[in-house]
Amino acid sequence: MNTRFALEPLGEDAFLLRFGSRIDAATNARVHECAGVLEQHRPSWLIEIVPAFATLAVQVDLSQLAHDETWRERVQAWLLAHAEGELSGATSAPATVHTLPVRYGGEFGPDLDAVARHAGLGPEEVIRRHCAARYQVGMLGFAAGFPYLIGLHESLITPRHATPRTEVMAGSVGIGGEQTGIYPRTGPGGWQIIGRTDARLFDVQREPPALLAAGDVVVFRAVDEYGKPLA
Amino acid sequence: MNMEVLEPGLLTTVQDCGRHGYRHLGVGQSGVLDSFSAAVANILVGNSPGSPLLEMTLRGPVVRFSVPVRIAICGAGIDAHCGDLVLPLWRRIDLAADSTLRFGACRSGARAYLAVNGGFEINPLLGSASTDLRAGFPGLAGRQLLAGDRIRLADGIRPDCAEPRIARSWANPSPELDLKQPALVRLLPGSDQLADGDVLHAAAWTIGSASNRQGLRLSGASLRLRKPREAISEPVMPGTLQLPADGNPILLLADAQTHGGYPRIGHAIRADWPRLAQLRPGERVYFVPCTLEQAASLWRSQQQGLARLAIAVSQADQA
Repeated sequence: MNTRFALEPLGEDAFLLRFGSRIDAATNARVHECAGVLEQHRPSWLIEIVPAFATLAVQVDLSQLAHDETWRERVQAWLLAHAEGELSGATSAPATVHTLPVRYGGEFGPDLDAVARHAGLGPEEVIRRHCAARYQVGMLGFAAGFPYLIGLHESLITPRHATPRTEVMAGSVGIGGEQTGIYPRTGPGGWQIIGRTDARLFDVQREPPALLAAGDVVVFRAVDEYGKPLA
Repeated sequence: MNMEVLEPGLLTTVQDCGRHGYRHLGVGQSGVLDSFSAAVANILVGNSPGSPLLEMTLRGPVVRFSVPVRIAICGAGIDAHCGDLVLPLWRRIDLAADSTLRFGACRSGARAYLAVNGGFEINPLLGSASTDLRAGFPGLAGRQLLAGDRIRLADGIRPDCAEPRIARSWANPSPELDLKQPALVRLLPGSDQLADGDVLHAAAWTIGSASNRQGLRLSGASLRLRKPREAISEPVMPGTLQLPADGNPILLLADAQTHGGYPRIGHAIRADWPRLAQLRPGERVYFVPCTLEQAASLWRSQQQGLARLAIAVSQADQA
C-alpha cells in the first residue's frame, strides 16, 4: 500500500496526488520530484501534470482511454508504479537558481512602507530581508507564469489588500500572506507590492515560455532605478 | 478574403477545443464553453469538430464576409438574419459574397457558435487558437472582437449562390442539449464534504450576474463544510465546484484558473458542460449526484453522437 501520497479523483478525468496539506519546502520538493518522474515517463494520454504546494494533479485524455472501461484502474496502477517506485529523493538534479534584479519602493513598490510599518522595521531592513532569502518556486498559477515563492522571512508576512488593486504593473514583486511572488502581466491583484523587476516572467516566443519552473530557486537583488546593484 | 466585424456583440471571441498541457505554467484551458454545439456547427460545415470558430455571448455581432461562405449557427437560440431572411440554427447555410450576417439577442441560452467552412486564419499559440481573455492570448490579439476587426478566412468551400441557401436537413441537438428543459447538472463528489450534503442537491441554484467564462457564481442556500480546512492553493479544473467562505459556490468553466484555495465540493461532469454554458444570469440549475461510471458512459455517448453526425454529414456530401 502506498504511504507517500494519497490518490483522490479530481473530477472524471483527473487525479490528485496528495503529499501533505501544508506549505513547506520539503513537501513541495517531493511534489516536484514526482512531477519530474511522471514527465520523464509521460505517455501520450497524460495531458496535464500540474504541481501545487503539497499536491499534484494529473489529467488524462479521455478520448484516448475511455473506450476501455477499466481505464481508471490502469491509470491508477501506472501512477502508483511510477510515482511510488522511482521516488528516491537522491536522484534530483540541483535546482536552477535565478537572480532577479528588483527596484524596491517608490513608484515601483507602492506598498513597501506599509509592509515596513506592519513589520515594525525600516524599509531598508525589509529590502535586506527580502533579498537575503533563497525562495523555492512552489508552483506557477493564478496567471501565466506567476510564481508562488516559498521562504519569505517570517517578519515580512503581511496580509493581502482587503480590496485588490485593479491594476498591478507587470514585473511587480508582491507579498501575499506568507508568500512572495511576481506579477508577469499588468492586471488586477491584491498582494502588497514592494518592488518591480524587468525580468520577463512569461514570453510565448520563448521555449519554455515561463522564465521560472516549479522547483527552481529565486534570489532577489536590489538595484537602483538605472538597474545598478545597490551596495 | 475576410470577415469584417461591423458590430462586435456583447462578448464575441475566437475559440477552439482549448489549450492543453500548460496548466503547470499557470496557463488555463480556454476554448469553447459549449463543446457540443461548437462541434455540431463545425461538423455541419465540414470542419473537424475542434476547429476555431466564433463564440457569441447573449447578443451576437454583425459581420460581413467578402467571399461566399458555408456557415452553421448552433447553440443558444440566437436571432440571426441575412438581409430580411431569418436564418435557422443547427443547419448548413451557404451565403453569397458580400453577405452581411446580423445577429441579435439570444432568446434562450447564453452562447451561440458561428462556424465557417475552412475556418479562420488564426496563428495558434501554445497549440491553440483559443482566446484567453485573462492572459491576452490569441484568437484575435487576445481579446474579444471589436468593430472594425477583420479576420482572415482560411481556404474553404466558396459556394456558388446569389442568395442564402439553407440546407433542408438539420442536426437535432436534443437530448444532449435541450434549452426548454430545466438545467439538471450531474455532480461527482469533491474532496471536501458538506455538513449537509442534501442541501446542495435540494436547492435551486441561481446564476449570478458576475458569472463569466471563468465560472458561474451561484446562490440559493448557504453551504457549510463538515470539516472546515485551512485554505492552501491546490489544482482545480474546469467543472470544479468551489466553496468560498461566504457559502456561495462557484462552478468553474473553461477559463478556470489553474489553482484555487477554496474547498472543492463537487465536479460537474463533462457531458453537462454544454448545458452549463447555456445558463443565463438569473436562470436556475439543479445538481444531481452521479457516479464516475455514469459520467464516463454519458461522455462516451455524447462523443458517439457527434461521431455519427460527422459520418452522416460526410455521407450526405458524397451522395
